[in-house]
Amino acid sequence: MIDRRLIKNFDWGLLGLTLTLAALGAAMIYSAVTAGAQTSIKTLYLRQLIWYGVGLMAMLVVFFFNYKLLERWAYGIYIGCLILLVGVLLFGTTGGGSKRWLAFGPLSLQPSEIAKIGVVIVLARYYSSYATTRGFSLRYLLRPMLLTLIPCGLIVVQPDLGTAMMIILIAGSMTLFAKIQRRAMAYILSAGALIVPLVWFFLKGYQKQRILTFLNPDLDPLGAGYHIIQSKIAIGSGMLTGKGFLKGTQNALAFLPEQHTDFIFSVLAEEWGFIGSAGLLILFLVFIVWALNVANGCRDPFGIILAVGLTSMIFWPTVVNIGMVMGLMPVVGVPLPLISYGGSSTVTTMICVGILININMRRFMRS
Amino acid sequence: MRIDLNTADSDWFKLRLNRVVYTVIIAFLILFARLFYLQILEGEALRRQSASNSIRLQHIDPPRGLIFDRHHNLLADNRPAFNLRITPKDARPIDDILKKVATYLGVDPAAVAAKVKRARGVPSYKPVVLLADINRNQLATFETHKYDLPGVSVSVKSQRQYLNATEVVHIIGYMSEINASELKQRKYARYRGGDRIGKSGVEKALEHVLKGKRGGRQVEVNATGQVVGVLKTVDARPGNSVYLTIDLALQKKASQLMAGRAGAVVAMDPRNGEILALVSSPSYDPNAFVSGMSSETWAKLLTNPLHPLVNKAIRGEYPPASTYKIITAMAGLEEGLVDVETEFFCPGYYKFGDRTFRCWKKTGHGNVNIVRALAESCDVFFYHLGQLLGIDRLSWYARSFGLGAATGLDLDREAKGLVATAGWKKQRTGRAWQKGETLNAAIGQGYNLTTPLQMAVVIAAMANGGKRFRPLILKQVQNSAGEVLFKSKPELLGRLPVSKTTFALVKQGLYEAVNTAGGTAWKVRARQVSVSGKTGTAQVVARSQDENGSPKKKTRYEFRDHAWFVGFGPSEAPRIAVAVIVEHGGHGSSVAAPVVMELIETYIKIIKR
Repeated sequence: MIDRRLIKNFDWGLLGLTLTLAALGAAMIYSAVTAGAQTSIKTLYLRQLIWYGVGLMAMLVVFFFNYKLLERWAYGIYIGCLILLVGVLLFGTTGGGSKRWLAFGPLSLQPSEIAKIGVVIVLARYYSSYATTRGFSLRYLLRPMLLTLIPCGLIVVQPDLGTAMMIILIAGSMTLFAKIQRRAMAYILSAGALIVPLVWFFLKGYQKQRILTFLNPDLDPLGAGYHIIQSKIAIGSGMLTGKGFLKGTQNALAFLPEQHTDFIFSVLAEEWGFIGSAGLLILFLVFIVWALNVANGCRDPFGIILAVGLTSMIFWPTVVNIGMVMGLMPVVGVPLPLISYGGSSTVTTMICVGILININMRRFMRS
Repeated sequence: MRIDLNTADSDWFKLRLNRVVYTVIIAFLILFARLFYLQILEGEALRRQSASNSIRLQHIDPPRGLIFDRHHNLLADNRPAFNLRITPKDARPIDDILKKVATYLGVDPAAVAAKVKRARGVPSYKPVVLLADINRNQLATFETHKYDLPGVSVSVKSQRQYLNATEVVHIIGYMSEINASELKQRKYARYRGGDRIGKSGVEKALEHVLKGKRGGRQVEVNATGQVVGVLKTVDARPGNSVYLTIDLALQKKASQLMAGRAGAVVAMDPRNGEILALVSSPSYDPNAFVSGMSSETWAKLLTNPLHPLVNKAIRGEYPPASTYKIITAMAGLEEGLVDVETEFFCPGYYKFGDRTFRCWKKTGHGNVNIVRALAESCDVFFYHLGQLLGIDRLSWYARSFGLGAATGLDLDREAKGLVATAGWKKQRTGRAWQKGETLNAAIGQGYNLTTPLQMAVVIAAMANGGKRFRPLILKQVQNSAGEVLFKSKPELLGRLPVSKTTFALVKQGLYEAVNTAGGTAWKVRARQVSVSGKTGTAQVVARSQDENGSPKKKTRYEFRDHAWFVGFGPSEAPRIAVAVIVEHGGHGSSVAAPVVMELIETYIKIIKR
């Protein structure tokens, strides 16, 4: 199954970038959970190391299959994801007010993360088989819309708005890449312009309040607004060189919420300053451009669109998370890929990388 | 092979990929710019802010809703309590300051130091409570030495204060700090450690109504932790006030009548199910819980054999005794086994197989019909009736009167009681139901258990013509602006499944029990109001007999019978229905009935005012 050409074409660069980011993530989680006063979470970085291990193994498994099989299995994988999402609603465990996890013995899985891959694969199959240079008309966009909105709906009711939004952003990026006809685009935009005020009109007072707070954290000075202020202080106080590893005071004094998940970038920026945080940004940029280069090297439309979708799965949470902690974007609970604590997100991202490397390995092969 | 000229090939995709790369780079440039702005341009200012930790969040606790009786008499109020606190970050050197606090305020230095030690792990800018609810003298002392005690401050918290506390405690309940297992419950999701919640009674049942919503403010503090400016404020929303159906004057009267006795009183308005008084005796003072109770007081309350902490009106389960004859009589009439003409002869005992069942009146009642049997509580009549009915038919009627199930009162942990059937016994003990047990059940002895609240619902249904109402404790809810948010309405649980004639006959029996010379409550009848009712004397130990067949004197307290009386008045147009049990009180007629009579008289006076 593995011939010499595959090993020769192995993308060591992408693997190296992934491992570098993972190592940085482990260090930041260590800092985030040890410097703080909360003793109960001090072993979290060890658990995260285990997750990196699980992620690497998943990646290894992915190498052995030709990614083209994914095209054939696309709908099977997609339906499997939907079953898992329904399973969460029926048998899921609750944490922090929402049902997001499915427990398999000691392991708990967040199917909404895996569903992202399912949507990317099924959309890649659809767009690659119908893509033309003219772009897609509205009629041909109905099916991908439906394929995106079904899992989104199941995730929204958990409720996990952050992940549902991510899926829409990812699907939207893939659709734009596959090209939308001008007329279809005009229809979509005008329909949006019509529906949004209509929905707003029917929303209840507290629902409007929640959306306004989401768009403008300052409206919630005791919750999101306060967190963003403290996060900005943490990032800014890092200045050029940072306060030093494990020396971040905003983190240690527990001014940052969720410092090991959503606000991990603030911890890094406080401790390592502009040099460290700009370095991380550059690392992510290189990583993403490298991943797009996999698409560039591929000749098979399915492979190209799949690679673009997988890259957007890493791009969007990165930009949204970092933008959020710096006060540029609404407060959404989206983890920073490979850096934030969290098993499902880490393993999913590493599977993405595995598929990208797989596409790159087999770019010269005809099947 | 696709031959469409417009087929998207990899060259076309490459052109599109270039656009993707530009987009990605633009997005990252924005992030870089923001990072540069925050860390380089604003860095110094933000570094200063982080050094002083100058922006902090303070909570504003909402005042808890007040609790009133039906006439707007205050039952639960809030008062300011002063807590002495220390902020370890600002109190340096902390050991010296703790010592000074102890000497100035005259408290044990070790205890004060222990409070700080226990709070280790909490961020040092967060204040730790050293002494909760200090008195005025301590407050004055602190104020004079304030400048000698950096980092020490006094915070004002609103604390619950109960008025008429011992009289209403089993209704109102009390508040205490939320515990670890409660924090995990979904309904307490918005609470955090240290919050106080209602632990029993109305305080618990209506927690979400009384609580209100916490507010807070972002404040800027200086180096010693003093607030120098308020940045943003979110006001707290005060809790809603609740008005109960209780009539405080009647409640007081009831607890006065029960003083020195163990037992319970439930008084209800038969027209709508509103609870007018609900007393469990003995009682305790919930104010002791508010500022922390000493472990001895707590241990005493727990080990008191009369169980002051238990609300006997809703949790106490007792054999219904002769009050149950109301149900046996209804069942017998309704099933057509007896009518007003039917008479049984009571020689003072009833032979069943080789056993002898006694009537309470050794000399016997002679020939009795159903009305006289109720009025004089003739056991033999009901032995006959029980035998004719059989246990399962009798139990069906008991259930349709609401026995064996919680009434649905809005208070915590109501007991269900028990209605025994042959099937129940078989399942429970593995042995078959004995016919003789039916005879005992017919006069309310044996396995059956009821709560005073259940009996109050039954007697209220007798008073109002057969309607079983859900007992109500909440009359209305008002917000702090005085707007009425909720008004309770009578809720019909069901109707007694009996005909008008049956109903009238049994009611006549209850009337004669009080208002004819032979009636069991004749001697203690109320003089100003006509009352109808039924006495009951529940045996705690089986009717034991010595060799001569005469009952042993039940002298020991815990072997004495429970005394019941259920009644309503005025008989012709009832306004109040009452159930009373006095544990180990002796005879229902001499102990429990006078309590009911006096309560009904009191209430009639209240409503005439």
